[in-house]
Amino acid sequence: MNLSASPFGRFVAEFTRNKTATVAAIVVLVIALLAILAPLVAQQDPYDLASLVLRDARRPPGYVGTSGIVHLLGTDSQGRDLLSAILYGLRISLQMGLLAGAIAFTIGAVVGCSAAYRGGRFEAVMMRIIDLQLSFPAILLAFVIAALLGQGTWQLIMALVFAQYAYFARTAHGAASAERHKDYVEAALSTPLSAGRVVLRHILPNSLPPLIVVATVQVASAISLEATLSFLGVGLPPTEPSLGMLISNGFQYLLSGRYWISMYPGVALIILIVSINLVGDQIRDQLNPRLKR
Amino acid sequence: MLGFIIQRLWQAVIVILAMSVLVFCGVYAVGNPIDVLISPDATQEIREQVIAQYGLDLPLWQQYFGFFQRMLHGDFGESFVYNMPVTTLILSRLPATFELVLFAVVGASVIGIPLGMYAGYKPESRTAKLIMGLSILGFSVPSFWIGLVLIMTFAVQLGWLPAGGRGETAELFGVDWSFLTLDGLKHMVLPAINLALFKLAMMIRLARAGTREIMLTDTIKFARAAGLSERTVLIRHVLRLIAIPLVTIFGLELGSTLAFAVVTETIFSWPGLGKLIIDSITSLDRPVMVAYLMMVALLFVVINFCVDLAYALLDPRLRRARA
Repeated sequence: MNLSASPFGRFVAEFTRNKTATVAAIVVLVIALLAILAPLVAQQDPYDLASLVLRDARRPPGYVGTSGIVHLLGTDSQGRDLLSAILYGLRISLQMGLLAGAIAFTIGAVVGCSAAYRGGRFEAVMMRIIDLQLSFPAILLAFVIAALLGQGTWQLIMALVFAQYAYFARTAHGAASAERHKDYVEAALSTPLSAGRVVLRHILPNSLPPLIVVATVQVASAISLEATLSFLGVGLPPTEPSLGMLISNGFQYLLSGRYWISMYPGVALIILIVSINLVGDQIRDQLNPRLKR
Repeated sequence: MLGFIIQRLWQAVIVILAMSVLVFCGVYAVGNPIDVLISPDATQEIREQVIAQYGLDLPLWQQYFGFFQRMLHGDFGESFVYNMPVTTLILSRLPATFELVLFAVVGASVIGIPLGMYAGYKPESRTAKLIMGLSILGFSVPSFWIGLVLIMTFAVQLGWLPAGGRGETAELFGVDWSFLTLDGLKHMVLPAINLALFKLAMMIRLARAGTREIMLTDTIKFARAAGLSERTVLIRHVLRLIAIPLVTIFGLELGSTLAFAVVTETIFSWPGLGKLIIDSITSLDRPVMVAYLMMVALLFVVINFCVDLAYALLDPRLRRARA
């Protein structure tokens, strides 16, 4: 088999042996693709106010609108097609999760690796701060920061990053500490390479596997945190309708039995989060040498 | 040991100080409370009078020192919206949150520990796999959405339970409690379940991991060899051994459930602390925000301090390494 030649090929082959994880990975890919292609796939631009007809508002799933569109998942309070709104919402939710995850990853990896490399007082103080932060629940930290900074995209990303970078830093520190005392690092340091280069090009790449595992979990949790904060009204501004915002908008109609406005965005959110978590679980099992038989 | 305590106390004080500066600066950077306090058509005179009354015209550092001094005396000022001292306001909302959190955490433990022990006792059985699958769902599904599903199913479709509010309350020790009346209990069921689900998932995992580990030890082998029934082994030996870490987590979780209560209380319009903080953020009620955030920070610092202390007592290495 050609596939098993490269390490990546072997990884993929092992991954596909777990059926649940494979299905989950396909679901994640399909959702990501749908989100990227939302303007092409959606039957309506949900934020083009000219195309909205108020008479079509709050109609149940399957309703045929005035313009002839079949609203498979019904319409919301302003007559927009819920399926289209969900596709656009997925876009924003994924964007926020990936962006916050990437920034937290970078900050955490740099802090963790440099603490492990420098050692001494710097390491002790940094790790103490991070331990302290980890003792607060992430949702509480994100909530406090989001509340303090006010509504806005970047404010929310800052809140998510602040709540999450510590997980990356802790993991990076653990992995980098183990690498730090290996012979190849000593060898690299004895050459005229700069310390920064050794950390970035040698220690960091070898500490990546556990960081990748943390990253999948944290992207899922960033998406969930963003939805929760937007639902509570301290997250994204109304101009950025993520899934959490859609759910929040439909909440007031829930009590009168118009369940679809809140429920379907929620179902989309959960499928996304659970799939990412399942993929993350499988990657963790594969990268953990202790579980290897 | 004394050195260790002093060092940790010192760190706790620094955290609280840092939190107070952060919260104060952050809260004062958000919006302008004058717009909330005074109607737009008020005269300039009234405006200035109100600004002076709340000390909003002083430089920020002076406002901070005033705030800090008063905070040390337990005085967080008056709520802009409710026109009453913040401390009184928070204390009046505390019982509602407290009873909800207590019900949720106790419920999660009472149900979660037996389920987790079973999953650890027979890890290969179908029931155990089902339990673990459910606990994964409990971890990944955001709790606010579960709340919506609960309302939709039990309040809107089936009409069995009320969707929000606290219901009838009865007085005990001069405080109103919901759990003393049937109507209040009915109102508490859904929010308590919502709040408990995440804890339940966690309790199941912890109990399972602990049970699996202990089932392999010699203690259990000897207990079985002595002819004890499986039931006795589980209750008398396994449960006792896994109880220590579970009790630690139980204490810790009481604190963090307070944080999750914000979500649940908003969904079920439960008039507790969480609802208060959300309302105060939307109405820019600064003193309430500051007081709530400081209180939560203090709570966590105290909890962490106690945990550190307990671990140090149990593990002499920690004392020597870090003191």
